Amino acid sequence: MRWLPCALLLHSLCCFAAEAPRSGYDFLSEPNRALQDDEFANPGMLWVDLGSVLFEEGCAQCHAAAKMRGVRLRYPAFDERTGKLLGLEGRINRCREERMHAPALAWESQEMLALTAWIGFASRGLVFDVAPDARTQPFYDAGKAFYEQHRGQLDLACGHCHDRHPGDRLRGEVVSEGHINGYPAYRHVWETLGSSHRLFHWCNDAVRAEPYPAGADEYVNLEYYLEVRGRGLHVETPAVRR
Amino acid sequence: MDGLKPRLKVESPAQRGDVVEVRTLVSHPMETGYRRALDGARISRDVLTTMVCTYLGEEVFRAHLHPAIAANPYIAFQLRAASSGPVHVRWEKDGAIVAEATGVLEVTE
Repeated sequence: MRWLPCALLLHSLCCFAAEAPRSGYDFLSEPNRALQDDEFANPGMLWVDLGSVLFEEGCAQCHAAAKMRGVRLRYPAFDERTGKLLGLEGRINRCREERMHAPALAWESQEMLALTAWIGFASRGLVFDVAPDARTQPFYDAGKAFYEQHRGQLDLACGHCHDRHPGDRLRGEVVSEGHINGYPAYRHVWETLGSSHRLFHWCNDAVRAEPYPAGADEYVNLEYYLEVRGRGLHVETPAVRR
Repeated sequence: MDGLKPRLKVESPAQRGDVVEVRTLVSHPMETGYRRALDGARISRDVLTTMVCTYLGEEVFRAHLHPAIAANPYIAFQLRAASSGPVHVRWEKDGAIVAEATGVLEVTE
């Protein structure tokens, strides 16, 4: 029986290593979970409604709404033309400028949020299974380096909170694992829907670092890294977050 | 407004005499007037003050809203199904209508 404790220890270590990522949803209070699950009362649905209208007015000239399921999982994707990653927002703006000859949408504009929310909502429930290939590996590495880089006056890397302290409290807040599977999400502190880049901006501000502009390569790479890191989570857009 | 349309959902169809739920969600900042922007300028007050629901042309529900109600107010209430007809909801700001939505309640015998 001497080997039993060792076996148990080994078993628990293995379980720990293979532990599935936990969505921000798991760290929410009960009322906020209920709000996210309620497809009527979820405030993010205001943007999904608008996105549906905008899609029918413009995008539907080329795209079939029914085929948009799964699109959210494919971005950011490698872009042949620029040799960099292209996020969903970038993809939408390229479509607008080149196919529709319409002006690009500002990153956090209602229209952009509405379209990304609608596209995310169309993939709701699908599981992220992003794996870097030869072309995207450098951007994955860059995103990972960004994630692990100490930054700001507080000298914190993302993982200092989101890897070491998920479930613990930072004053009134419960620290999550820092996944973006629910974005664009309705955050109560913003009282509006916001993109993952707005969240990165907010996080960088919080550690007193100079944030990058929304759409910056650094943030697109980080977005990609986080999607790989959150493999196994499902799309919750539009999520409700604190 | 900001292009976002109010949401209205009426539990329908219903039987005559049933109590049905009406749910509403409207996009609005509900700015209290007490906050200041980063440059110190006061952000002017902008709150919905009233929400009114009419059913079959008759007022059946009215709510007075105040500052300190969170942005994008969600209000749900119940009414008794009488006969098929429109359920109309409007939101007012200081007496002026700023948003409206109409649904239909189908009533079976």
